[in-house]
Amino acid sequence: MSVRFSIYRYNPETDQKPYMQDFTLDCDSKGMMLLEALQKLCEFDETLGFRKSCGEGVCGSDGMNINGRNGLACITPIESLKQPIVLRPLPGLPVIRDLIIDMEQFYQQYRNVRPYLINHDPLPEVERRQSPDEREQLDGLYECILCACCSTSCPSFWWNPDKFLGPAALLQSYRFLADSRDQDTDKRLDELDDAFKLFRCHSIMNCVDVCPKGLNPTRAIGHIKTLMMKRGM
Amino acid sequence: MNIERRKFDTLVIGAGGAGLRAALQLSQDDAKVAVVSKVFPTRSHTVAAQGGVNAALANVLDDSWHWHMFDTVKGSDYLGDQDAIEYMCRAAPRIVYELEHIGVPFTRLDNGKIYQRAFGGQSQNFGGDQAARTCAAADRTGHAILHSLYQQNIAAKTHFFDEYFAVDLIKDEEGYILGAIAFGIQTGEPVIIEAKTTLIATGGAGQIFRTSTNALINTGDGMAMALRAGIPLQDMEFFQFHPTGIAGKGMLITEAARGEGGYLINKDGERFMKRYAPKAHDLASRDVVSRAISVEIREGRGCGPNADHILLKLDHLGYDKVHKRLPGICEMAQAFLGIDPGNDAIPVFPTAHYTMGGIPTNRHGQVIMPLDTGPEEIIPGLYAAGECACVSVHGANRLGGNSLLDILVFGRASANDIGGYLKEHRYHKALSQDSVDKVLERMQRWDKKGEGESVSGLRAELKKVMEDHCGVFRTEDVLQQGLEKVLELEARLPDVRLKDHSKVFNTARVEAYELENLMDIAIATVCSALARKESRGAHSRIDYPDRDDTHWLKHSLFFKDNRQLDYKPVHMKPMNVESFPPKERVY
Repeated sequence: MSVRFSIYRYNPETDQKPYMQDFTLDCDSKGMMLLEALQKLCEFDETLGFRKSCGEGVCGSDGMNINGRNGLACITPIESLKQPIVLRPLPGLPVIRDLIIDMEQFYQQYRNVRPYLINHDPLPEVERRQSPDEREQLDGLYECILCACCSTSCPSFWWNPDKFLGPAALLQSYRFLADSRDQDTDKRLDELDDAFKLFRCHSIMNCVDVCPKGLNPTRAIGHIKTLMMKRGM
Repeated sequence: MNIERRKFDTLVIGAGGAGLRAALQLSQDDAKVAVVSKVFPTRSHTVAAQGGVNAALANVLDDSWHWHMFDTVKGSDYLGDQDAIEYMCRAAPRIVYELEHIGVPFTRLDNGKIYQRAFGGQSQNFGGDQAARTCAAADRTGHAILHSLYQQNIAAKTHFFDEYFAVDLIKDEEGYILGAIAFGIQTGEPVIIEAKTTLIATGGAGQIFRTSTNALINTGDGMAMALRAGIPLQDMEFFQFHPTGIAGKGMLITEAARGEGGYLINKDGERFMKRYAPKAHDLASRDVVSRAISVEIREGRGCGPNADHILLKLDHLGYDKVHKRLPGICEMAQAFLGIDPGNDAIPVFPTAHYTMGGIPTNRHGQVIMPLDTGPEEIIPGLYAAGECACVSVHGANRLGGNSLLDILVFGRASANDIGGYLKEHRYHKALSQDSVDKVLERMQRWDKKGEGESVSGLRAELKKVMEDHCGVFRTEDVLQQGLEKVLELEARLPDVRLKDHSKVFNTARVEAYELENLMDIAIATVCSALARKESRGAHSRIDYPDRDDTHWLKHSLFFKDNRQLDYKPVHMKPMNVESFPPKERVY
């Protein structure tokens, strides 16, 4: 059986501009994930560039645009895809080469939300207590793998990647706002309070649609907006 | 050639749990720290650790660090160094509390304390009832820990070289390690990173095997760097096969599945582990369970049309509990098998998982080797921690939940010692051009053009040979053939050529360097395995089925030069408590 691909190619050292290249792979694609197929393609053309690591959907390396939709190559079955399989880099960020994007803007927005626990109390000699209910507030938030599938599917992020934090960073922002151990709520909310950082989210919900981990950034963003409103009253 | 030079107090190679734990502490102590990682830090393989981290917190069942120590010594089949094991088990509770303090979202008990679950090889009271020692964040503990550590490093303003590939250590005539040469994957340009201290924290080398639970990045880069710098690798014959990789694919199904009450069945529906481990059953240590599965399959009691796997059953725990406690493996089973472990049993097979051996260190993380006066002399300026190191706390077989502990405890221990070293060595030593040129010369090898073998072809052959010749059960003949085949592959390595000579994000070039590293690690593994004529822990010789403490209660050291092997004694003497003398190992 053969699988047909159309893949975005761009090598800045040799290509004036990007182009789409067709590939055909003869293989038994039953049960095969897209990443495995790409690795096989590399055996014929080692110049094809993409990131990869865990191969099981937990490290977030191989986000790409697959038939028009962002996802992780390693957990996308070939059989689920219409052919030719059209692969492009995640949209909206600069392309370094082929399917590899420059994620610095995405990481910068992540760093901007101060994604770490802040607690000013003296450290106890054991763990801080947190009830199962309080801990449950973090489910659906802490699991983010920073693959950027969400932020690069978000029109608001495309227009203002420097001003709008984007769904991934906002999900992380709420991960700490929602943590019963974190004590920096006010300052965190202050920092989000302008026309762009948070409020450029128009609930288009592309982020929810594409998240390979089934997370819901739109809901987290809604919770942040509610916190803001409560505070304003 | 005009090469960029950077200067730091400490260079950390690898951004997994060990590297980030050390970097965090040093950054907080105002040292200038550079972390070099070939992937963005949160893509490091620590992220894939599932079940949890061991510490005798006694949150669920009575526990003590001393029982933890006993279990670890026994689990190591008495090859672990007891001083290092004592140190690790004593440090475990504070390490876990500290993780909680920096934000790790541990699962909680009703009283608000950290949730702990049962894991293999754990006991109360020195071999008594099952303990519950593994602190967990659902089945995503590694993810939770790695992200929290990275986040705190952002706060501490650690300097990251993301997507830089470290090629080789820089060593001067006196034997000091003065940093490393790396290249930026995005630019292809080399950079000299000078450092007063260098910590290798590059993880394991599971990619020497065709099927493994390991990420593609686990190519033993740091271990191979050490070998090339003349440093031996210790106990490389001990490679852990995890009992429950997804059959035929390799993804890990955490031991927590059995810790939560899951069990293994053969084609007759029999809970066969009762025959192999009369007391611990499915929670015997990993080497025991992996051998049992292999025997069941070999004797025709495997499941499926080809009788080539065993089933891991979870549905009896109740659908909700399976999904609440093990959400990650539910996702994985759905993605790769199209099944729901809340309803269906998971087909599993022993799968290459963990490199027990590695760069020899003491419990301060200092790299040690035989030099002039003894077997354990310190290499100044060089440290190693985590899976790439061999302290040795895992000996011949690692217990589940002890690897996350190892990386954190010895990441911290290394940072402690580095802190002291930096106070005594205030200035960088001068770097000779010679030591740099040697590395640059080696790097030019991949600029050669023309026809030749491909990296992927040779790599596939290597992984196949390792799988066929260095698996769960080993014999002299099979290992000898394996060695010959690996050496034949090594002889072909100089004929490999890259077709892609571009600079910008050339992944083929990265994989070429990785292949060189895999080759060195594979040879070290086979040579060490061939030499050890006994069965101990994960090293099972059919032709030498018993443990032989008279001749083999010793660590092996493999040197790259002439593939020479040497041995050194096991530290049987702990720091403060009585030694656990070798006993027959029954679970």
